[in-house]
Amino acid sequence: MKLRTLKRHLNESFKSLARNGWMTFASVSAVTVSLVLVGLFLMVMFNLNKIAGDIENDVQVRVYIDQSATSVQQNQLESNLKQVKNVQSVTFQSKQQGLNNLLQSMGSDKSTFQDLQKQNPLPNVFILKTSRPEQTVQVAQQVKSLPYVSDVRYGKGTVEKMFQFVNIARNVGIVLIIGLLFTSVFLIANTIKLTIVARRREIEIMKLVGATNAFVRWPYFIEGLFMGILGSVIPVFLVMIVYHFAYYNLSGNLSQMFIRLIPYQTMTANLSLLLIGIGAIIGVWGSLNSVRKFLKI
Amino acid sequence: MDDMILMQNVWKAYSNGVMALNGIDLSVKQGEFVYIVGPSGAGKSTFIKMIFRELKPTRGKIFINHKNIATLRERQVPYFRRKIGVVFQDFRLLPKLTVYENVAFALEVIEENPKAIKKRVMEVLDLVGLKHKLRSFPDQLSGGEQQRVSIARSICNRPPVLIADEPTGNLDPETSWQIMDVFTRINEQGTTVVMATHNKDIVNRIRHRVIALEGGMVVRDEQEGEYGYEA
Repeated sequence: MKLRTLKRHLNESFKSLARNGWMTFASVSAVTVSLVLVGLFLMVMFNLNKIAGDIENDVQVRVYIDQSATSVQQNQLESNLKQVKNVQSVTFQSKQQGLNNLLQSMGSDKSTFQDLQKQNPLPNVFILKTSRPEQTVQVAQQVKSLPYVSDVRYGKGTVEKMFQFVNIARNVGIVLIIGLLFTSVFLIANTIKLTIVARRREIEIMKLVGATNAFVRWPYFIEGLFMGILGSVIPVFLVMIVYHFAYYNLSGNLSQMFIRLIPYQTMTANLSLLLIGIGAIIGVWGSLNSVRKFLKI
Repeated sequence: MDDMILMQNVWKAYSNGVMALNGIDLSVKQGEFVYIVGPSGAGKSTFIKMIFRELKPTRGKIFINHKNIATLRERQVPYFRRKIGVVFQDFRLLPKLTVYENVAFALEVIEENPKAIKKRVMEVLDLVGLKHKLRSFPDQLSGGEQQRVSIARSICNRPPVLIADEPTGNLDPETSWQIMDVFTRINEQGTTVVMATHNKDIVNRIRHRVIALEGGMVVRDEQEGEYGYEA
């Protein structure tokens, strides 16, 4: 496209945005409201997803080895474990390693437990990883019946509940967001339709003297794009501010529970781009949708 | 001479079942001036709309300048339209643009270069005798002047064919003659003119070929013909 033509299209779009000031304002506000909600929702969702992912990776089955088992029997158990369906890896952890890990995680309280060094009550264990986290339950049950196994432990219940919660939250959120986004598309489409009706004559004449559809469409495309992007400005800043508070206030408390949030910069950069992108798509979609019917002359 | 418009067995049925054209065969040579006459509902408007591809024939071929526009792709239509000038009874000017801007608009939207636009707009406004009114808005002009602006717009891209659908339908007799003067001048420059009209006086006084349509068929086609209906 020639620069001159682009200038004309820009000029046309801004003129009509200004002329329909209140409708423009209404559509931009609608986009803003939807994107604010979308942004907050995604902020929570992304973090839940990450936390769930972290926990997923931590999900393991601990197989306690009978204290009386000899090293030959232990090796036999290991090869048996490797043959169980869905077991991805089998790692041995001696009672001494187990104790060291435990003492380390205690941090400053470690001295209280120093006595344990003398008489270690922990058993040797095999740590199993399953190929997928949902398989832990089934693997644990199978392993229980093997010889020389004194006990099997895994994050019973909590794992299942976590996944259930994340799934439900995700589905509800997606439905809500799609509804909101459609409302915004509809409002933008309506605004643009108003400007088109006012310029119907013009389009008719353009088509008559041989303007291409693309040429007719450009100003409306720009209008939609502009409204969409304008609507994403407030949500982007709001998300930055909210996440700033959330991240710096919560992450301290949460890290004591071994939960780590998505870093501030990563989150805001990605989410901002995403919101601007969604805004742009909503705007363009709405505008091209409403202009289509008027091109059939 | 060369066929500028050639219709072969053209039929048009509307979706509501109305048969507007029933097998039209005709040819218009380059540089000809043709009146299309006939009672209301005879198919004149459909005929006109066929030529600039506002409508597609249900059956048959329409060649404009040797190109069959019945099979023209949708994407090609704009480029084809640039070679056809169209004038309507209701002028179809943009009220918020001046005379100059209204004419220039037609060239701007096909991305002509600005210098050429300026020159050409002055040329065509001169041709229709409105050079002195280029800063006026349509509502400051008489009907005849508005129609002349619309004619200037239709010919600014030098189309080989000019189509007019009842161009004098909204005008008083005196003004109508002025419009016919303009058409005559354009025709003399070599443009083929096809004009659908109800104006008996004009057809009978300024003699050209007359094609009469009735019931979607050509019932009469004579050089230097008469209007042939009671006004």
